Amino acid sequence: MLTADLLANAVVAGILLGGFYAAVAIGLAIIFGQLDIVNIAHPAFIIVGAYTAYILNSRFGFDPVLVGVLAAPIFFIVGAGIYRIYYAAFERTGQESLSGLAFFFGVMFIIEVVLILVYGVDYRLVAARYIGSTWSLGFVDLPFRLLVPFVTAVALTAGVYAYLSRTFMGRAIQAVAQDRLALQLMGANPVSVKQWAFALGMATAAIAGSLLIIIGPVEPSVGRLYIGRAFAIVVLGGMGSIPGMFIAALILGVVESLVTTFWGPSWAPAVAFGLLLLTLAFRPSGLFGR
Amino acid sequence: MKISAFWVVVVAIFVGGLVLTEVVDNEYYFTALYVILQATIMAIAWNILGGFTGYVNFGSAAFFAVGAYTSIALNKSLGLPLPLLIAAAAIVCGLIGLGVGYLTLRLKGVYFAIATLAMAIVFETLITNWAYVGGARGAYILTPETFLWFKSYIQMVFIVMLMLALTAVAISRMLNSSRIGRGLAAIRDDEVAAECAGVPTLRLKLISTTVMGALMGVAGAPYPFFVTFVDPVSAFNLFIAVNAIAMPMIGGTAHWLGPVIGALLVGTTQEIITVNVSSELNILLVGIMLVLFITLAPQGIVGLWLKYWRRRKK
Amino acid sequence: MAKYRSLSRAWLTAGVLALFAASASLIAPAAKAADPIKIGFTMALTGGLAGAGKGALIAMEIWKDDINKKGGLLGRPVEFVYYDDATQPAKVPGLYQKLLEVDKVDLVVSSYGTNEIAPAMPIIMRKRLVFPALFGLAVNDQFNYDRYFQIMPSGPEPKLDWTRGFFDLAMEQHPKPKTLAIISADAEFALNAAAGARKNALRANFTIVYDKTYPPGTADFTPIVRAIQATNPDIVFVASYPPGSVGMVKAANEVGLKTKMFGGGMVGLQFAAIQKNLGPMLNGIVNYDFWVPEPTLNFPGVKEFLAKYQEAAKGKGVDPYGHYLPPYAYAYLQVLGQAVEATKGLDQGKIAKYMHDNTFETVVGKVKFGANGEWARSRVLQVQFRDVQPNNLEQFKGPGKRIVLYPPDWASGKIVYPYKQ
Repeated sequence: MLTADLLANAVVAGILLGGFYAAVAIGLAIIFGQLDIVNIAHPAFIIVGAYTAYILNSRFGFDPVLVGVLAAPIFFIVGAGIYRIYYAAFERTGQESLSGLAFFFGVMFIIEVVLILVYGVDYRLVAARYIGSTWSLGFVDLPFRLLVPFVTAVALTAGVYAYLSRTFMGRAIQAVAQDRLALQLMGANPVSVKQWAFALGMATAAIAGSLLIIIGPVEPSVGRLYIGRAFAIVVLGGMGSIPGMFIAALILGVVESLVTTFWGPSWAPAVAFGLLLLTLAFRPSGLFGR
Repeated sequence: MKISAFWVVVVAIFVGGLVLTEVVDNEYYFTALYVILQATIMAIAWNILGGFTGYVNFGSAAFFAVGAYTSIALNKSLGLPLPLLIAAAAIVCGLIGLGVGYLTLRLKGVYFAIATLAMAIVFETLITNWAYVGGARGAYILTPETFLWFKSYIQMVFIVMLMLALTAVAISRMLNSSRIGRGLAAIRDDEVAAECAGVPTLRLKLISTTVMGALMGVAGAPYPFFVTFVDPVSAFNLFIAVNAIAMPMIGGTAHWLGPVIGALLVGTTQEIITVNVSSELNILLVGIMLVLFITLAPQGIVGLWLKYWRRRKK
Repeated sequence: MAKYRSLSRAWLTAGVLALFAASASLIAPAAKAADPIKIGFTMALTGGLAGAGKGALIAMEIWKDDINKKGGLLGRPVEFVYYDDATQPAKVPGLYQKLLEVDKVDLVVSSYGTNEIAPAMPIIMRKRLVFPALFGLAVNDQFNYDRYFQIMPSGPEPKLDWTRGFFDLAMEQHPKPKTLAIISADAEFALNAAAGARKNALRANFTIVYDKTYPPGTADFTPIVRAIQATNPDIVFVASYPPGSVGMVKAANEVGLKTKMFGGGMVGLQFAAIQKNLGPMLNGIVNYDFWVPEPTLNFPGVKEFLAKYQEAAKGKGVDPYGHYLPPYAYAYLQVLGQAVEATKGLDQGKIAKYMHDNTFETVVGKVKFGANGEWARSRVLQVQFRDVQPNNLEQFKGPGKRIVLYPPDWASGKIVYPYKQ
């Protein structure tokens, strides 16, 4: 049963899946990992991104990834608005931990229900020419349905990483995560830096959503399935480290794929979450923690 | 004096429930009341950890479901009667709560919340793969033909649920207004400071998580007899967890009365909306109420009322 | 004298009163006859099965309009009282209780799907009501209720009959396939279908080389397809829900799954939107179905019904053609209505007896129930997708794309075998 090409294909499929997970988790790596805002509604925003891709794809035939990139600025603006509310209601009053959590929980439910009321609960799909075809490299197959999201996710991760480490704003975002006071002394306003960072994280949800709907059908409550995974990746990756997050996403993807291939698909989610529980219990700073 | 007033009210409500079973024949009202009481217990239980101690539990549905499945498994294997099943569920879920309590040793705040979410998924996967209790297919329970002196089975489980809910209220009130409650509040406000001040934080947290787990298990134990069909998807429904969080948040988390008020208010509204409008609108309403209350009135209804009362006093 | 007179006057008064009373009591039933007959049910109008549930409701409303145009049942107009069960089994018992206790409905029918039917059973059984059910798989195996009637044509042994066709087809091939892979979703219907498949496979002497379940939320099915391919099975049986069905078909095409027969119990491939999206990837798949627009299944009335349905379904976000479920949602009310008319009343015992004893003419053909309330003879179709073109919804409206292979009585073509080598 354990043949070389099965193993190779399982690992490759896991890496491709992991890349997609990175796109799902990268927004949280910024919002949760660096800003300490528990945006449990992030996967719900990803579903909004997926529906945006679905609407423009089915009506005008736009490519889903293109839609994701086009929708990102709108998500950015919405994100900035949400942070404003969050700041005014919770951060300013020092209530963020418990109330903030419940706030995003409520937001998640509102998004889900509004989507259901407007679009129903049917699974939605997109059409693109590359879906269904495969690129074969020797005995390893690379389905474009997974390869396109993977490549996009790598580009997204690299872009965000470069932005955070090369630009002034990016460095300011990283600084706000580490030392708020120092940032203030440098003359930057931490609130507007955090707002910018939150908006950036939200913008990635538009792209992640378009990737999600390329991979498989989407309905409004699918987002819940990604809450645990996305947080697991951010925690495993060491809270806010973008490279750590990316490697953690790949690990999760490969572990899920290996378990699915060699043990049985029904255990895949438990193994992933078991891994998270173990990490939390024995190394809460994550695999790549500071 | 005040203690006796509380117990008078408790006894009065219980007697009221008994009278209701004599006067009202319509089974629907008992079904609706059962659902509201179940939500009340869940809200009270969540609040013991979330409100009093400040640890957010996203995995309420897991405790509830484990309670329900404990009932199914023991009913199937040993044919135990309902009171013993409830006790068993309390023990099993209390132990799980104890385990969760030890998690708080290492996990603070957000990490703890995520860990409970992950725990819920692990339990769901386990039960989905446990064929004896039906696995993913679900389990049927036929309601017994005997129901003491009541007119129907639903009346009996309603009374059982009423008793459990009143007990939960009493426990929550006791924890809130005793030394333990003050210790828990100290943990909520600043755990490190509490530890330094000599508050036995671990012991208190363990009490808090164990009681929470046990109460949630108790809420779940009669559930299979109520719905007659349980599958992992409905038992682990995220909506149960959302309600358990939203109700105390809306009612007010700091006071033992908060979750009760929140549960009665939200639960009743939900029941009316589900029947008269649609269940989607029902979820939407919970979401909107939750968000509005948290942003505009973080202390909940009890908080608003206290504020109003104090202002009048001045 | 005066006394006598007053006495006779008293008698007279009494007589007049009695006459009034009698005539009043005669008028009362006449007034009651115009009272509507209320049919109560819950339906999945939100939640996971809402797509199908809403389609079923449209079909049921068409029946109601049709019957009321003909003057109703027993000369009384028909009314529906229904609630949304949100595809949550836990809501079902409470809502049926409300239907019976508060709304006092005269007749009940079921919601859509096994998980929504089973929770209603204990209440219905306690009241001894006739319970026509819409697409429950083997619900009565648990309850053995003699007034349960299930319209899905799964047959007297539902779990086995469901997949019998798939394996009968396999056994007709030369050389006979020997090895079998089973993959099923980790949920109620799919597990039952897989269990039936296992028994049928045993009967046909298959060696099962792969037998796994996948959980809801599985994003990528390529590792599953590869693991299946590694065991090199002659036949791949899939029991899945829509997201899994889509995932499996896509992954099988991407990986290039090589096997002789592929399909069986995939829910979702019956719906036009998914068919359009998958397009040519469907070609060659053999899968179950209940009604397809092939000439062999052109029952009296079904064309007219579908025309009405397709008109009503526009813009409602439901299946535009309504092939799979809606005719049956219409038919289960037809059966109930015919039984009520024939027994000339609402006596549940008489209706149940009539439903057991007679054959019904419906838009899904002749319906005869067996002792356990399932169809006396199975009519689970196995259809094969052929010549499906990309990105074309219209093609599925007419015949030629889903060829009926099984049962032989309804076959409209021969199997193309093997699937891919």
